[in-house]
Amino acid sequence: MRWRVSGIGSESWEREGALRMIVLQDICKTFRVAKRQSGLGRAVKAFFSREYELVRALSNVSFAIGDGEMVGYIGPNGAGKSTTIKIMCGILTPDSGACDIDGRTPWRDRLAHVRGIGVVFGQRSQLWWDVPVIDSFELIRDIYRVDEKSFRGALGELTELLDMGELLKTPARSLSLGQRMRCEIAASLLHGPRTLFLDEPTIGLDAVSKIAVRQFIRKLNAERGTTVILTTHDMQDIEALTERILLIGKGRILLDGSLAELKRRCSARKTLVVEYSGSAPEICDGMALSEAKPGRLAVTIDPSELPVSDAIARLAAQTELLDVSVSGATSEEMVASLYREYRI
Amino acid sequence: MRRLPHVKEYAAIFRMRFINSLQYRAAALAGVATQFAWGFMEILAFSAFYRASPEAFPMEFSQTVSYIWMQQAFLALFMMWFWENDIAAAIAEGSIAYEMVRPVGLYGRWFCQAAANRLARAALRCAPILAVALLALPEPYRMAPPASAGRLLLFLLSALLSLGVVVAFSMLMYISLFYTLSPLGVRLIVATLSDFLAGATVPLPFFPDPLRAAAELLPFAAMQNMPLRIYSGNIAGAGAWEGIALQIFWLAALLLAGRLLMGRALKRVVAQGG
Repeated sequence: MRWRVSGIGSESWEREGALRMIVLQDICKTFRVAKRQSGLGRAVKAFFSREYELVRALSNVSFAIGDGEMVGYIGPNGAGKSTTIKIMCGILTPDSGACDIDGRTPWRDRLAHVRGIGVVFGQRSQLWWDVPVIDSFELIRDIYRVDEKSFRGALGELTELLDMGELLKTPARSLSLGQRMRCEIAASLLHGPRTLFLDEPTIGLDAVSKIAVRQFIRKLNAERGTTVILTTHDMQDIEALTERILLIGKGRILLDGSLAELKRRCSARKTLVVEYSGSAPEICDGMALSEAKPGRLAVTIDPSELPVSDAIARLAAQTELLDVSVSGATSEEMVASLYREYRI
Repeated sequence: MRRLPHVKEYAAIFRMRFINSLQYRAAALAGVATQFAWGFMEILAFSAFYRASPEAFPMEFSQTVSYIWMQQAFLALFMMWFWENDIAAAIAEGSIAYEMVRPVGLYGRWFCQAAANRLARAALRCAPILAVALLALPEPYRMAPPASAGRLLLFLLSALLSLGVVVAFSMLMYISLFYTLSPLGVRLIVATLSDFLAGATVPLPFFPDPLRAAAELLPFAAMQNMPLRIYSGNIAGAGAWEGIALQIFWLAALLLAGRLLMGRALKRVVAQGG
């Protein structure tokens, strides 16, 4: 997979043998937002005549996703991630552009389209608040006309995988966020969708719940071949789940490529941390000091100027090393540097 | 566009909302108490007027008593100010996003939801009020039983249509929330005005003549006005059937308008909040 900068066109999207599940072509969406200055006087004035500002949420967004692919859709807050997801779900109608998901245009053929997709909005709930979770599930069964046999099958499987046995009889309002999110994900899969949209599914979850959710999604993708589109701010989600990432900023697709390549590109610089006993070693050319404490030294090096082994040898010659660790940039740092690079 | 009937789906939504609403027992008890207090107050006020000059009134006192008790018993079915919060919240806070990814039309879904909520609440509240008003109260404050089986059936038919008209009309208010996000203004003005014109404060026969003639043709007259007057015997025979025809007309008109406006609103929908 090659890196692609937006505007060149989506032809560079290639994956042999895979059918295209989702194709977006030049999708644009503008929102009209009421604006006013602060203050009572302005508020009164705005009561009579509003000033609106057009906010361009998406500009010529194009990409294609193959059947069975798992894609991470990342970008800072307000970049247009949720808007794209809502368009793909048939909730919003774009101003222009084409979108084809499993042969249908979501906003034109909404009722037929939504039968084939599952959606989890991490910040909202689809469970009825005051009744046991199982009641909400049965409502979903009836709404999607899932026959009893496949419903029981899916429910049994999901209950086991997401460890929901105890939760089904509990009203949604009494569940913890982690428990509820597992139920939300199950609710989105009861009708066996071929495509799953996850909009920040791990937001607010503790470490254990996050890992459980990730494992489940990976399994779903591997075993059922469900196409998964995931938006998140948690880079560990992306690292654990997706091969390919799409970076969106200010309403434009900026990058489309594999996580490994992104890493290779961003993390040329290495951080070398040594612990030593004895006199403090001097740093030499090609090293930049990032932390110096008695007994501990951290430097960043560019391996093209100074190979890692040389750097270690130089330090080892000056003092006795107790521990050495070398690390590349973390995903978080990588994405932060990407956001900086594109000024988004 | 080809449209399959979604009867089973709508029935499921109806059932769900019904079950959900049945849970609020404390609210139902409080409602029953309020309705008793309100009913007594109204009847006492009316009886004072009637004592002054009974012949000056367009409805017999017994009819007015029946009208008021039936109104209090089935308040949740007929009152416009009764509001389906889930729908308002879905639009204002954005959970409509989840409702739009379901393979069910939004209009039908919300219609069922609102109707089920009203029916569940009425079911919880009506029994104690009916029992006391029919059996326990002394004359002349006691409510009369239905005059005949035919009258009762006519009342039930008219009550059902009335519920339909009330829900279809409130759907227009919910749809307006797509354009103005705070429900308070619409709710206050429209609900007060329509409840007044539906005969919730004072039955329509008590209105001064020109106003009364106009009000009896409006959609509001197809709300509680019709079933309550049929039950109390103020409208009977051909008059009742004319009233039911008016109800059917307004129900159809409001449904049509609602579906049209909903389709338009959804094209410019903005799911609020990220």
